[in-house]
Amino acid sequence: MELFVFICAAAMVLAGALGVVLRSNPVHAALSLVLTLFGIAVMFVSQQAEFLAAVQVVVYAGAIVVLFLFVIMLLGVDRAENLETEPLGIQRPLAIILSIGFVALLVTTIVQGRDSLNMRGDGLITADSGDHDANIRQIARSIFSDYVVAFEVTSVLLIVAVVGTVVLARKRKSEKDLSGVSA
Amino acid sequence: MLATIVPTSTWYLILGAVLFGIGMVGVLIRRNPLIMFMSIELMLNAVNLTFVALSTQLTDINGQTAVFFVLVVAAAEVVVGLGIIVAIMRRRSEISVDDLSVLKG
Repeated sequence: MELFVFICAAAMVLAGALGVVLRSNPVHAALSLVLTLFGIAVMFVSQQAEFLAAVQVVVYAGAIVVLFLFVIMLLGVDRAENLETEPLGIQRPLAIILSIGFVALLVTTIVQGRDSLNMRGDGLITADSGDHDANIRQIARSIFSDYVVAFEVTSVLLIVAVVGTVVLARKRKSEKDLSGVSA
Repeated sequence: MLATIVPTSTWYLILGAVLFGIGMVGVLIRRNPLIMFMSIELMLNAVNLTFVALSTQLTDINGQTAVFFVLVVAAAEVVVGLGIIVAIMRRRSEISVDDLSVLKG
């Protein structure tokens, strides 16, 4: 059963990822991204990280992809682009060779080092033990005790991001005047 | 017989590595900044998957806390990045990172 879930989720993740990279229409790419994100959420559930699975669906599939689709529609770039022409002929082969080499390096490291992955942390209470809120409680204790400073800094980061985006996307007064003159 | 095989964390780690590689190809070969952003999201998700797999393997909740912060930073990054793209697209109609070579002055 676990194997079946893993295979289905892995197929979703890989198909979605290839869709993002290979589809020429940005809208199709964004929808492929949703497929990948849901596959990752399924994997989080099967690894007993239920809280992160919920956050993954809400934040990524619910907010980030919708933001992408908004921008695509707003800019009117929802048409297929031509992927046949490539100004730098050597770029694609080089990129693919580089990526395959990098993945091979990572996989070799993982396979070689898998036996050393047996040091134990503080212990993870999972839902199997009958405590169904254990995952959320553990994450909450970790965030609000060990990482409380990072959590507060995160709120500053979000405010800076919001203000920065408003400043960037706002039409400036001088631009407005210029467009009024030219019109 | 198949039912007795249980995916270990090594499987998740390898899947994360492959996903990271696909995202890397996307960043390197695509010229549309929106698609490049989506590929960066793929790479971030590969890292998240690795964090959670190792968190389960090592029975340490700190891996999942790290994923939480990665999610927040990814959201902030996308918001600012898309704001920059909107600001650029207001001046140029065609969307390609090659156009940004005008920035070199």
